[in-house]
Amino acid sequence: MIKRKFFEWLPASLMFLGLLVLWQLAVSGLGLREYILPSPAAVAHALFSSEINWTGHIIVTGTAILGAFLIAAIGGIALGTLTAWSTVMGRALMPFLVFVNTLPKVAVAPLFLLWFGYGIFPNMLIGALIGFFPVVINTAVGLTQIDEDMLDLGRVFNAPKWKVFAKIRIPNAYPYILSALKVTATAAVVGAIVGEFVASQSGLGYVIITSQSSLNTPLAFGALVWISILGLALYGAVAVLSRVLAPWAEGQEN
Amino acid sequence: MKNIIELDQVGMVYETGSGPVEALRDINLAVGEGEFISLVGPSGCGKSTLLRVVAGLRPMTSGSVIVGGVPVTKPIPKVGMVFQAAVLLKWRSILDNVLLPAELAGLNARDYRTRAHELLELVGLSDFSGKRPNELSGGMQQRVALCRALLLDPPLLLMDEPFGALDAMTRDDMNLELLRVWGETGGSEGRKTILFVTHSIPEAVFLSDRVVVMSPRPGRVAEVLDINLPRPRSVETRASAEFGKYSLDIYDLLTGRQSGESGSALQGLG
Ligand SMILES: Nc1ncnc2c1ncn2[C@@H]1O[C@H](COP(=O)(O)OP(=O)(O)OP(=O)(O)O)[C@@H](O)[C@H]1O
Ligand SMILES: [Mg+2]
Repeated sequence: MIKRKFFEWLPASLMFLGLLVLWQLAVSGLGLREYILPSPAAVAHALFSSEINWTGHIIVTGTAILGAFLIAAIGGIALGTLTAWSTVMGRALMPFLVFVNTLPKVAVAPLFLLWFGYGIFPNMLIGALIGFFPVVINTAVGLTQIDEDMLDLGRVFNAPKWKVFAKIRIPNAYPYILSALKVTATAAVVGAIVGEFVASQSGLGYVIITSQSSLNTPLAFGALVWISILGLALYGAVAVLSRVLAPWAEGQEN
Repeated sequence: MKNIIELDQVGMVYETGSGPVEALRDINLAVGEGEFISLVGPSGCGKSTLLRVVAGLRPMTSGSVIVGGVPVTKPIPKVGMVFQAAVLLKWRSILDNVLLPAELAGLNARDYRTRAHELLELVGLSDFSGKRPNELSGGMQQRVALCRALLLDPPLLLMDEPFGALDAMTRDDMNLELLRVWGETGGSEGRKTILFVTHSIPEAVFLSDRVVVMSPRPGRVAEVLDINLPRPRSVETRASAEFGKYSLDIYDLLTGRQSGESGSALQGLG
């Protein structure tokens, strides 16, 4: 088992290492300036340097990402369920949701800052706004795209609507919802960073902006590494959740 | 004998994107309480549709359906339904699938666990109660669907090719079990009423009091045959001359072949 996993991951690991070596060689071989492209060694150095309070920035951005994800997940599932529960509700909500989704959400970021002030909350909202739509759609699809025979099962036993939702429709929707949440995990990261770009006094996005103006490129790369670690952690958590909640759907979606 | 199902001039038209499809036309049929009735007919002649109409799952477009003295306008109560596809919930264990009717009907599922286990035992699947549907073969899934339909011990069973995916041996076993569940040995009092769809002529003859032969689309009742074979039926029943005669009659009705034509028609029948 462990041995098989090792061999599964071997190609990716080798390629990653190879790229790092190539990168290092390119930087030193071509004599590139550090502020244009820092070497991996310089980035590693920046990652652990004490000139900057990494922990503080990570907590700020991490909170924004997690908040964005949760708002998008809960709000998306609620809205999706609402549209599937009642046709009228669906007809009323869907066009509006589609309209909101076509907005370039990044462009709304300055407005959120205007309305909610500086801080983590508006950044959460931007992330949530980018990430919630796939959840709404997949929840609605998962709840309604269902074998007619399965619904007949509910009818034969005269089950009330809520029970058909609880026992048949919602479990049927799990794989759909969980695969949307994987998209949302990525969107939450984008939203949180964009928010920090627009205006902030802390966070990894803030680190990137400020290091750019001081030409401290290794620091910007360091922040990028931390951002991707946060993103991967959230994505991984959703993947684990999906394996726990919907083991039957393994291999059915990705 | 009291009639439990009465179909009067029943017609059913599906509205589809490519126009209406007439599935049933002028179906007249009365099913007495405790009767075992089989429906046979070519694929697409409306057998599944007929079961759905009787169950109140799809509205007929003309005529009337009365079940238990009540005109059917919505899903009828106290019916066990075996769909043509097993329709198991893939996120539930086999045991939980069998228990689903209790949960949906608002009963305490725990009270039915023993019965669920007994039913799984009956169909030879007691070792699989903890597995998920996708770990079972098609024939095993069908048997689980049968257990599910029997859980609440309904007086009326509507079964759509419940044994279609079984090998011949298991199928014969299941036929005998089904007759036992129906109440064959208990005298006609207290028997269930069963409406059974099958593609197998021998199965229809073996199980039924009457066999309804349907004609191709739009489905109509071509003929209703009384099967006067002694009960309880057994393996020997299949070997009797009458059994062969009934099978051949149905075969002739289905194919339009005249009795006595050359060739051994029964060979190759499932
Ligand atoms: N949901 C539906 N929508 C439209 N047409 C349908 C639908 N279900 C069945 N039909 C049509 O009605 C006719 C009868 O279908 P039905 O499934 O009742 O046949 P059947 O006798 O059960 O066939 P089989 O033996 O193959 O199961 C077919 O022509 C089919 O195309
Ligand atoms: Mg059918």
